[in-house]
Amino acid sequence: MLDDLRDLYQEVIFDHNRNPRNFREMADADRQIDGFNPLCGDRLTLFIKLDGDKIADASFQGQGCAISTASASLMTDIVKGQTEQEAQALFSLFHKMATGEEVEMDDLGKLAVLAGVCEYPARVKCATLPWHTLDALLQGAEEPVTTE
Amino acid sequence: MNQTVEKAVAYDVERIRQDFPVLNQEIRGKQLVYLDNAATSQKPKAVIDSIVHYYENDNANIHRGVHTLSERATLSYENARKTVRDFLNANTEKEIVFTRGATEAINLVANGIAKDLSAGDEILITAMEHHSNIVPWQMLCEKTGAELKVAPINDKGELIWDAFEALVSNKTKFAAVSHMSNALGTINPIKQMIDLLHQFDVPVLIDGAQAIPHIAVDVQALDCEFYVFSGHKLYAPTGSGALYGKMEQLEHMAPYQGGGDMISIVTFENTVYNKVPYKFEAGTPNIVGTIGLGAAIDYINTVGIDAIAVHEKSLLEYATEQSKKIDKLRIIGTADNKGAILSFVLDGIHPHDIGTMMDHQGIAVRAGHHCAMPVMDFFGVPATARASFAMYNTHQEVDALMAGIENLIEMFG
Repeated sequence: MLDDLRDLYQEVIFDHNRNPRNFREMADADRQIDGFNPLCGDRLTLFIKLDGDKIADASFQGQGCAISTASASLMTDIVKGQTEQEAQALFSLFHKMATGEEVEMDDLGKLAVLAGVCEYPARVKCATLPWHTLDALLQGAEEPVTTE
Repeated sequence: MNQTVEKAVAYDVERIRQDFPVLNQEIRGKQLVYLDNAATSQKPKAVIDSIVHYYENDNANIHRGVHTLSERATLSYENARKTVRDFLNANTEKEIVFTRGATEAINLVANGIAKDLSAGDEILITAMEHHSNIVPWQMLCEKTGAELKVAPINDKGELIWDAFEALVSNKTKFAAVSHMSNALGTINPIKQMIDLLHQFDVPVLIDGAQAIPHIAVDVQALDCEFYVFSGHKLYAPTGSGALYGKMEQLEHMAPYQGGGDMISIVTFENTVYNKVPYKFEAGTPNIVGTIGLGAAIDYINTVGIDAIAVHEKSLLEYATEQSKKIDKLRIIGTADNKGAILSFVLDGIHPHDIGTMMDHQGIAVRAGHHCAMPVMDFFGVPATARASFAMYNTHQEVDALMAGIENLIEMFG
């Protein structure tokens, strides 16, 4: 009955939701910031450790739906080792994908499993909340980020 | 013989459903099951027809033109005031102020009583209020130096009476309490609350936004100073609603907005305000919405609010019973006295995922914090899923809801 939902809820997403990667507090983080979706009440705290302009480590904590948890899990995995510039370029690409713009899926790697959200306008922000939070963090923001 | 029993048996939900055109449609290939009535209700044909009739025949501004259309529009608008008066059993229709809804009505009162408050005074609310019955009072406290007191609730989502009683004192200058919680379904013992508050001469506002489609309200029997509700939860158009206020309270209060219709004489030196209720109805109001509100109440009266209450109680009991068969489901809000709301969480599944997955099965439920973040904090959940019932819902729809929940649990694995 729910087969047509598989475009949105791929098995990878369930897996990351059940066992989110990098789901931990980072005591020695260089930067941390809260992200908040006032529409649904989802919150996360994002931590990063920098090595020069490279993201040496990234982790998160918080409460969210399967889409936002999987997105944060995938994001913290993929940006590790990237430069700030690379991460921001990836955010831009991810944002385009999530909002339904044409992108080269190969450039997105594992993030492509979240491509289905563009069909669900109410859920786009679930997928982009971790990325907006990362973007603000890289730009040196300290105030909590909201999706509104 | 026994007419009450006969009427209850005669409740014809299929006949009622035919009066609501929107229900007759498929969502993603499945019959729509609309269970988001606590957010807003669907509109019967009678209400839709009243809107079309008004625009096709009577459209004009009210309380001014001497021409026929204006007279007709004014008459229909003022007739709606009488209809609301009768529905709430107010003493006179002059005690009915039309507003955009419950939120505006609360803001209107908060603004109107500001002149009576100062530092050291207290305003009392409960921990189960909707944001619309929290934030206007916080703003009022900021403006006047008064302090907001919050009566706590227990694990079932019920008011803790002793704690409430302990918070009422000579410092309490105003109280605002929901009749029924939108997030939990709890029905408050408002009559007892009002009686206690009156022992301390505290005026009481009852937020009836959630209760009004489910419970017969008699403001004179309750003896509350104010009762507010939104039309759109009562099968009427959005942007309609009303404030009931005791005449002496309304006369004493400062006007809310300035403008046309709320004045009797304007010069650049001085303005004399119009009398109650027009003092509070500045500008051209939502004429058609208000006429639609009157039509909605007329429609409810043909079904009977008590018959609706019996039907909805049966739906809630059935849903509560059926939900116990689902291991992962936990009901949030288990008050002994409860309206037709089933707020729940599923172990390990976020309400937003529930919302999307239910929609895929044609079932509309609310997922979120229900504009009651403090309630979510109290129960330690970020959000809940909520099924809320109305006069046109059926027991089969409860079955569809439960099957839908089972399906998504299976998908989540």
